[in-house]
Amino acid sequence: MMLGKTAGGLFWMFRYLERAENTARLLEAGWHIALTRADGASNEWQSIISTAGMNAAYLEKYDSYDAGQVINFMLRDKDNPSSVMTAITAARNNGRLVRTALSSEVWEATNECWMVLKDLLSRPVTERAMHDILTQIRFRTSVVRGALHGTMLRNDIFAFSRLGTFIERADNTARILDVKYYVLLPSAAFVGSSIDNAQWEVILRSVSAERSFRWLHGGESTPATISNFLILDGRMPRSLAFCAKRIGENLKHLEMEYEAREESHVQADALCHRINAHSVDTIFEEGLHEFLSSFIADNAKLAAHIEEDFRFYG
Amino acid sequence: MCERNFMTDSNQYFDEMLREAGLPRQPYEAYFNWFKNEDLKTLRRKSAEAESFFRRIGITFNVYGQDEADERLIPFDIVPRVISAKEWRTLERGIEQRVRAINAFLHDIYHRQEILRAGRIPKEIIAGNEAFLSEMVGMKPPGGVYTHIVGTDLVRTGENEFYVLEDNARTPSGVSYMLENRETMLQMFPELFTQLKVRPVSAYPQLLRRSLADSCPDNSPNAKPVVAVLTPGIHNSAYFEHAFLADQMGVELVESTDLRVEDGFVSMRTTRGYQPIDVLYRRVDDDYLDPLTFNPDSMLGVPGIMDVYRAGNITIANAPGTGIADDKALYSYMPDIVEFYTGEQAILKNVPTWRCSEEDSLKYVLDNLADLVVKEVHGSGGYGMLVGPAASKKEIAAFERKLRARPANYIAQPTLSLSTVPILTKAGLAPRHVDLRPFVLVSPNRVDITPGGLTRVALKKGSLVVNSSQGGGTKDTWVLGD
Repeated sequence: MMLGKTAGGLFWMFRYLERAENTARLLEAGWHIALTRADGASNEWQSIISTAGMNAAYLEKYDSYDAGQVINFMLRDKDNPSSVMTAITAARNNGRLVRTALSSEVWEATNECWMVLKDLLSRPVTERAMHDILTQIRFRTSVVRGALHGTMLRNDIFAFSRLGTFIERADNTARILDVKYYVLLPSAAFVGSSIDNAQWEVILRSVSAERSFRWLHGGESTPATISNFLILDGRMPRSLAFCAKRIGENLKHLEMEYEAREESHVQADALCHRINAHSVDTIFEEGLHEFLSSFIADNAKLAAHIEEDFRFYG
Repeated sequence: MCERNFMTDSNQYFDEMLREAGLPRQPYEAYFNWFKNEDLKTLRRKSAEAESFFRRIGITFNVYGQDEADERLIPFDIVPRVISAKEWRTLERGIEQRVRAINAFLHDIYHRQEILRAGRIPKEIIAGNEAFLSEMVGMKPPGGVYTHIVGTDLVRTGENEFYVLEDNARTPSGVSYMLENRETMLQMFPELFTQLKVRPVSAYPQLLRRSLADSCPDNSPNAKPVVAVLTPGIHNSAYFEHAFLADQMGVELVESTDLRVEDGFVSMRTTRGYQPIDVLYRRVDDDYLDPLTFNPDSMLGVPGIMDVYRAGNITIANAPGTGIADDKALYSYMPDIVEFYTGEQAILKNVPTWRCSEEDSLKYVLDNLADLVVKEVHGSGGYGMLVGPAASKKEIAAFERKLRARPANYIAQPTLSLSTVPILTKAGLAPRHVDLRPFVLVSPNRVDITPGGLTRVALKKGSLVVNSSQGGGTKDTWVLGD
């Protein structure tokens, strides 16, 4: 048992950390395309902003999707709640709020992550600095995760932290797919054929999975294999099936520890069952976009139930 | 490091480390011999290491009115302040005597007021005093303790000359620095701790928890006492300390929004519902504690907590109304208070104090402003005071007008020749003025004084103001074992 506020602080601390990582990954994928494709990648920059759900905020400031603008908007813009710096700051503030629930290793790693990035991102980011910064973000957030796994008790504190991570991650993967769903649509002309190389590369890179995908599927990158991999493959740590399973497990832990079954448990089980009941074929029959939109909505509803069931707010 | 690096000021001040250049006093001998063989550059590097250590653990304080970018560090000096076993024994006895007297005084002043009847302190001082809470009259706190946590501010002016400067009986802060300063020194100079017998301070959080739990109300609904720390929130300047203490004690850190009064208890909102709290270590001032009783605009307190308190269903530490004991208007009566309640002479001296409310004193103060320190009766933190010898003629004249307008609002004291302890500067050791705040825990059956405390040091040469809000730093304080 713990303070509701503390449970909420942990949940959001790890949501924000996950968000910072995801934003960095998205950028890294876009950046890679921009460097390796002769025909430029301004579409990629736009879809990065869309994936983050930040179109409106971005267009308020800029009228074109210029690489430098997008990079700075996504890395350090204070008006962008998904920018790496905003997310890391929010994670750290939540960390301060729940300081008593964290091991000193987790807290210090979080604080140091914030200090390092605050310094690196205090000035506009140049192309030359990109590599360094992206490496630091990956490295610093990994240290926090490592400290969490290595030093925290496996109790409700851990469960709420993990719930934040997986709710955010599921949302992120679903959004990446949804923004690109048109690429994955098996339109008449493309049925069974390989999809545009650059497009699937972006998708896989933005979930850090291009290598593991290649290991599993060789050269066969079809809409079906990619969708299966990112939605249904329980081995892939960023797939929807994987996230849903972990959400279910962590809620199960709370159910046992608190000896009480809440609405969020029911919802999480439903989410898992829906994914397990599907195959790639049935997803495409239902409509990929429809499937993803309803997953995103259900995931958000589940998060709201968790907040309510465990009394995050007064 | 060679001798010419040891700067010594004139002999005007008592230096705790050096009798004269190169010649340490007995408690510092071992440290000084170690220091002599150290290289200044290495020590300066250690100093920088200490700073990054503090930043990493986040021991910062927020500056009011500035954004989060301005989390500041209180500067830390790596030269320890050393107190001999014998000196400490005297301080310990003196502090315990004083703290017991303060608790007896608080009980008396909120009940029969024997001390007023006996004419030992004037009635007006209590009657017209904002720090006296009429809500506490006739109310006995659970366990009978008023000030569970005290931070007695001491200054030294000579070999055996210690004075109590302030009693800090409300919510003394700084104990996290005592603990983290030691932690830092242990990491940086482990060899010193194997050579010298420095008494540990690390038991403080456990003692604090035990001490609070011992004051648990009799009719607690919990199987074991539930203790919580109440903080005004993440933006409070001492938030780090609040979180630190809750963490070290293993208790919840709560804010106003986590609490409500339910079935006659103050309860906190947990993931499984509301749980009653037995002992609340509150770091929120009296005024903000209960909007239904005190400041109605307060967002930091718990509406109705005073009713729960009056019903004996929660312990508030420190009790509301303890401020009357460390009020500056009362300070000059402390020797009488100690004598009245303990039947003994006060072991620790009071600084001679002129009460400007008294005509003769006011005259003397006005005639000698340039040599005196004048303080507001209700001020704190080094604000609103005049340090005569350091002030310009203009400043003195301006202060004189304020003083004449409201004499009862001020007390005056001689400018004390505060002792110095060297700090490490670019050029080596240099003496700076210090004070000392040991931390005292009071439970219904015992008084614990942690051997050590917070040494605050004025980093500016010649400055007598040690407050962190005014550019002061801290040092680790070593009480030596026998």
